[in-house]
Amino acid sequence: MDINTWRGISTALALIAFVAVWVWAWSSKRKQRFDEAANLPFADDDIDENSKGGQHDCQ
Amino acid sequence: MDSQTTYNYKVVRQFTVMTVVWGIVGMLVGVFIAAELVWPQLNMDIPWITFSRLRPLHTNAVIFAFGGSALFATSYYVVQRTCQTRLISDGLAAFTFWGWQLIIVLAAITLPLGITSSREYAELEWPIDILIAVVWVSYAIVFFGTIMKRRVSHIYVANWFFGAFILTIAVLHIVNNIEVPVSLTKSYSVYPGAIDAMVQWWYGHNAVGFFLTAGFLGMMYYFVPKQAGRPVYSYRLSVVHFWALISTYMWAGPHHLHYTALPVWAQSLGMVFSLILLAPSWGGMINGIMTLSGAWHKLRDDPILKFLITSLSFYGMSTFEGPMMAIKTVNALSHYTDWTIGHVHSGALGWVAMVTIGSVYFLIPKLFGREQMYSVRLIDWHFWMATVGVVLYIVSMWISGIMQGLMWRAVNDDGTLTYSFIETVQAMHPFYFVRFLGGALFLAGMLVMVWNVIKTISGARPVDAPVPQTA
Repeated sequence: MDINTWRGISTALALIAFVAVWVWAWSSKRKQRFDEAANLPFADDDIDENSKGGQHDCQ
Repeated sequence: MDSQTTYNYKVVRQFTVMTVVWGIVGMLVGVFIAAELVWPQLNMDIPWITFSRLRPLHTNAVIFAFGGSALFATSYYVVQRTCQTRLISDGLAAFTFWGWQLIIVLAAITLPLGITSSREYAELEWPIDILIAVVWVSYAIVFFGTIMKRRVSHIYVANWFFGAFILTIAVLHIVNNIEVPVSLTKSYSVYPGAIDAMVQWWYGHNAVGFFLTAGFLGMMYYFVPKQAGRPVYSYRLSVVHFWALISTYMWAGPHHLHYTALPVWAQSLGMVFSLILLAPSWGGMINGIMTLSGAWHKLRDDPILKFLITSLSFYGMSTFEGPMMAIKTVNALSHYTDWTIGHVHSGALGWVAMVTIGSVYFLIPKLFGREQMYSVRLIDWHFWMATVGVVLYIVSMWISGIMQGLMWRAVNDDGTLTYSFIETVQAMHPFYFVRFLGGALFLAGMLVMVWNVIKTISGARPVDAPVPQTA
């Protein structure tokens, strides 16, 4: 097959993959999972409270 | 006490402290070679401290020692905190710390001696290359092993960026350094001619894209939300950001080889992908900055947040400038001039160093059981010194670089060159001095940081926060 055909196909596939990522990310099914994930940095906030001021002794 | 009940903060502490130490060392060498360009007699005719030998020491020290230590520290911290589990192996984590420090020391010895493979940002010779590969694979095992034993179901987006950075650097380092040793201190690349150049810049630009970008975006996605006290602006956008960025960066390398022996189609490909890169880069920048949306007032009195948000502004600026410079006709003017040096430092000082500094100021009190840094006011001082330093640096290099490019291409009516090379050097001299001032100011800010860190740490007890026990 002509190499330019492959180039055309691969460009089209890259475009489809790109659009697919957008559709996947913006699907309402993902909303709740993403909200949970976005809050992960705060999920273990309480443990910093325990370790403040050098009081904590790793019990 | 079961060690599994706490996070492994020891290795994070070690890497965090060494980030500050290597930052000082790397930037000091940078300021010294900037001074050598202003006052060439500073090399005192000693070969070990000539510009040619100290320049790779500077780049290696700031990228791999300063930036590398920062990436190890933050990735180990973030992966534990967001996976709610201790690192998979304390021993292997300690090995990555001591191994990485050994590599840095070896670099500091071999580069001034003139032992180099002459590959930009990969100058270290083959025995050190092998050591890097071993340490890097260990790093990957610790990082991905920790993700595998996570106690939450999601893998937070910061870990995706750290993971992509670790994986890609392993591939880049190994492929770029396939070489034939002829002695303990000399090797030759297996690739011929233009292919060698392409492999070198495929590596080189992805060192920028993955080491200096993806890794630090991982930092951004954790520390900006933490410091702002609110989740990232759009998690959906972060997903698109991740996939678009990593799939585009891989192809941008050829823009370093415009108008060379590289095939023209490859040059054009590199240019087009570099232009496309603007979109995911700005998507990420907007996502980071908009995290502050509705809480802009926090910027007024939180200097750590100032560092983080300003770093994103510089990121946006340099990821706009980069694609523009990748356009062939612009590149015809900018390439081989000081403009490139200015561009690199707007990314390296403005983005990489400032996001690192913000993250280190966030980490130090947490790791040493303090409420906050010894002096918040000094962080503010550091912020302004760093910002003014970067601006002096990049503005002087813009002027110097564009002038240099214009002087090189100026021709008389009869076709002869208007300026001799030494005339361009003379014209650049005052701007070299301004650049030296900017760099020195940035370094002085780092010294303020050292003082602040020492006062915060001294007398403090290292703290290892407990892992939450309720899953």
